[in-house]
Amino acid sequence: MAQEKSKPKNGVTAKDVKKIAKLSRLHVEADRLEPIAEDLNGILGWIEQLAEVDVEGVEPMTSAVDMAAPLRADNVSDGGKRDDVLKNAPKSDDGFFVVPRSVE
Amino acid sequence: MTDLTKMTLSGALDGMAKGEFSSVELTQAHIDACKASTKLNAFITDTHDLALEQAKASDARRASGTVGKLEGAPLGIKDLFCTEGVKTTAGSKILGDFTPTYESTVSANMKADGMVMLGKLNLDEFAMGSSNETSAFGPVINPWRKDEDLVPGGSSGGSASAVAADLCLGATATDTGGSIRQPASFTGTVGIKPTYGRCSRWGTVAFASSLDQAGPIAKTVKDSAILLESMAGYDAKDSTSINADVPDWSASCGQSVKGMRIGIPKEYAIDGMPADIQALWDQGIEWMKAAGAEIVPITLPHTKYALPAYYVVAPAEASSNLARYDGMRYGLRVDGKDLTETYELTRTEGFGDEVRRRIMIGTYVLSAGYYDAYYLRAQKVRTRIVQDFENAWETCDAILTPTAPSAAFAVGRKVSDPVQMYLNDIFTVTTNLAGLPGISVPAGLDKNGLPLGLQIIGRAMDEATVFKAAAALEDAAGFKAKPEKWWV
Amino acid sequence: MFIAPRVADEKDWIVTDTGPWEIIIGLEVHAQVASKSKLFSGSATGYGSAPNTQVSLVDAGMPGMLPVVNEFCIEQAVKTGYGLNAKINLFSRFDRKNYFYVDLPQGYQISQFEHPIVGEGEIEILPIDGDGNVGEPVTVGIERLHLEQDAGKSVHDLSPDETYVDLNRCGVALMEIVSKPDMRTPEEASAYVEKLRGIVRALGTCDGDMEKGNLRADVNVSVRRPGGELGTRCEIKNVNSMRFIRQAINFEARRHIDIIEAGGEIDQETRLFDSVKGETRTMRSKEDAHDYRYFPDPDLLPIKLEQSFVDKIKANLPEMPDVRKARFMSDYGLPEYDARILTSDKTKADFYEVVAKGRDPKIASNWTMVEFFGALNKSGLELEDSLVSADALGCLIDRILDDTISGKIAKGVFEKMFAGEGTADEIIERDGLKQVTDMGTIEAMVDKVIADNAGQAEKAKENPKLLGFFVGQVMKASQGKANPQAVNKILREKLGL
Ligand SMILES: [Mg+2]
Ligand SMILES: [Zn+2]
Repeated sequence: MAQEKSKPKNGVTAKDVKKIAKLSRLHVEADRLEPIAEDLNGILGWIEQLAEVDVEGVEPMTSAVDMAAPLRADNVSDGGKRDDVLKNAPKSDDGFFVVPRSVE
Repeated sequence: MTDLTKMTLSGALDGMAKGEFSSVELTQAHIDACKASTKLNAFITDTHDLALEQAKASDARRASGTVGKLEGAPLGIKDLFCTEGVKTTAGSKILGDFTPTYESTVSANMKADGMVMLGKLNLDEFAMGSSNETSAFGPVINPWRKDEDLVPGGSSGGSASAVAADLCLGATATDTGGSIRQPASFTGTVGIKPTYGRCSRWGTVAFASSLDQAGPIAKTVKDSAILLESMAGYDAKDSTSINADVPDWSASCGQSVKGMRIGIPKEYAIDGMPADIQALWDQGIEWMKAAGAEIVPITLPHTKYALPAYYVVAPAEASSNLARYDGMRYGLRVDGKDLTETYELTRTEGFGDEVRRRIMIGTYVLSAGYYDAYYLRAQKVRTRIVQDFENAWETCDAILTPTAPSAAFAVGRKVSDPVQMYLNDIFTVTTNLAGLPGISVPAGLDKNGLPLGLQIIGRAMDEATVFKAAAALEDAAGFKAKPEKWWV
Repeated sequence: MFIAPRVADEKDWIVTDTGPWEIIIGLEVHAQVASKSKLFSGSATGYGSAPNTQVSLVDAGMPGMLPVVNEFCIEQAVKTGYGLNAKINLFSRFDRKNYFYVDLPQGYQISQFEHPIVGEGEIEILPIDGDGNVGEPVTVGIERLHLEQDAGKSVHDLSPDETYVDLNRCGVALMEIVSKPDMRTPEEASAYVEKLRGIVRALGTCDGDMEKGNLRADVNVSVRRPGGELGTRCEIKNVNSMRFIRQAINFEARRHIDIIEAGGEIDQETRLFDSVKGETRTMRSKEDAHDYRYFPDPDLLPIKLEQSFVDKIKANLPEMPDVRKARFMSDYGLPEYDARILTSDKTKADFYEVVAKGRDPKIASNWTMVEFFGALNKSGLELEDSLVSADALGCLIDRILDDTISGKIAKGVFEKMFAGEGTADEIIERDGLKQVTDMGTIEAMVDKVIADNAGQAEKAKENPKLLGFFVGQVMKASQGKANPQAVNKILREKLGL
């Protein structure tokens, strides 16, 4: 199973996992950092083969459609649906979303 | 009366048009089949009462002379499409009891065409998976079975399973890397991913925005054309929607392929491909030749890099698209001691292993210091893949390949090795990266009696050629096998 | 990159025991586009609505919702770009800036990172010190202008342990205008913001209302030895008045100097300005700095503008403040001071031009600047909220010029107009302020004053200076309404001067 996995030169470390978990607001127990790093390295090691492709002078592709963004007219055509917006809220009060305190 | 669930969509529409049966009768038959199919776990949410109401309304419309393209047809909707007033989960716990106040453009188009919705179909969590085992609502079981439970493929496993088991006449699905075509191949059904931009993404839960496309899973090529005609169309609410008319694709089915140039990419003959699949591919070439098509060898040299490029681009976009699931405005909230802990607990409990894995990969490849090496490079490789296809279109009109490198496999077999799982999409992912239409047509059975599909890829916006070639393939293959009804 | 070649004037150095320092200042100004609907959705942008009533499913980041670009916002960014003498980029793109916050429903802000809609430009500013002395003009480079979405609003005082979130502002279009680090004094920084405000208001692309937060500045401050190596900078977020900008810079520069002189090092951090204490304080340190993971928003395609589209915008640009100032000086013959004050703001300049129409430009300027702006200042009112229209002020001036009332009476009339008591004519009529020009009436008043002051009248022949006393008495008797010229003439006759 592990035969596909090759270690990249700059592999993901436990410290990296901690950082990306924090950035993506995921909780990772300390003893899971190392195994997750290994798991990600398995995938990233396989992805490393992209380095073989000659991309000299190649434009990056950001969309599958080769068009310019359509532009809409500046009309008020939406909003005014507070109840819809709040309908699925875990907590709301007096027209506001209520969330854990965001400042100390 | 004959078993109404055995009908094709087009047959059922004809039957209702001729007054042979009503939508209520047709719908009831499918509801009965759904109720008897819980072992397949194809549906997350049943909407049987709603379906009967819709069927009644449809019959009334028909009586008054109003008949839509899908009038009275009982169908399933992948639970990635938001449906007004009906819980939508994306196969995840994180959406909690989220009940949209809006209807996705695709399902709204189908409603407007008279669809009857039987329920919301199971899928891999946020459409991330190739076996339907990442669903928070348990794996979907493939109706095709040999001694053990098999996966239906993914992520549209619920859609594929339900259509293969005759629980609905057709279903919506979505395809980001192969999620329509690979499950179609695993279940002996037809699945088409149209050109990127054909179906609006508005109201469909996003996985990877630049790759996601909706499409149908159906029993026949013509059924898939009828469904796609309803689903597709320009939508000003989606900036990537293509402003073009929807052609009469069902009319393309059955047209001659005489003189059509079919490309055979040598790079798709990968090491270790099962002999059955190679043989079926060769057979497909012979069928197309016999139908009057010209076979052209082509080269798509960057094929092997498509999957690794995809596993940079898709997780990167997903890591950002899934940031909105934070427990603040809708869905699950797991309270922690402060805001940060609430975010982390919510997202850690709400997302499953594979989704968390992809969020972390995506976050990593976009983070400072890695962006150029991974994300930017993957996007450039993506350009290379597009160039490969552009070169190919100079000598061919459509491309014939296998859909997937294997038949359906046993539940649990590949879950521990993500890369092995990802390899399922090796033949399908190229069209997502390039935005091209691709269809999977059931073409035969492997030595174990499991269905295998062949894929036709076409030029952007040229679904007509894809349908034409697919119908010819379907005709030649004459695939009529059905799974034994072991689940009833 | 971050180059700051200009060295501050010696007079602007901060000299301490260790020697001179100069302040290096760069600003990021967020200007809300004056659009009816949001940048990516059709919800309204009005100020002060009930919470979450101007929110679409797109703004709330509901699953499957997608952004569609508002064309008007694109136009306003281009227009503003021209106002900044900047390069307009026909190709630009929206990127996602990823971070978690309760007022950011999507988990990312749609902004422009790699390809902003407007590139480099420059504007000229005139710094004015606290005593009103005008300094030498300074050219401030513009790094870029990009479009982005505003976030929602968090309310912390409705519950002790929770935050209330209102998404009405969420998704409103902002133009972020980034300057080069070309300013050296707090006065230059506020003059720069004042200038930007004048430009966007002249263009109509932003209402410039700083109190509502429709124009706000992030101030980057560092210190260095004059002409020396750049110091570490700190960013002070969301400063929303000219005075606060100056206060924040003064405080921050002093803080840096104190730390460095005590042998310490400046931490690159984001700070907040506390306007009550007049201090800045840490908001987030570099260790907490985000990794925003910018990447092109896959829900949006690139913005590709036709040359004809931008040409049309350019052809229809209104007059810019600098051009208008020059015209006020040449066409109206106004002194530089008047022209500068009047054209610093489009509304003021428009007001003046109505007042000046068909009237003496200098008298119109005096009345506009001294009386009218003075009254606005004193009352704290915005020009838009004033009860005196330009036409009404013009009519008042007409009554002075046609001798209906004297200039002195006119000031009283103006006060009443400003208080909303009516037009000049109404007030003159109501209060009977019309100048007395009837010679018979004036003669009677003069006779009475002379009779009452017979002794003084005798002395007047030897001492003509007493004329002033008599004029004063007659004017007093007429409650200021007698025509002064007529009073003078008759008094001279009667007193035999
Ligand atoms: Mg900024
Ligand atoms: Zn900004």
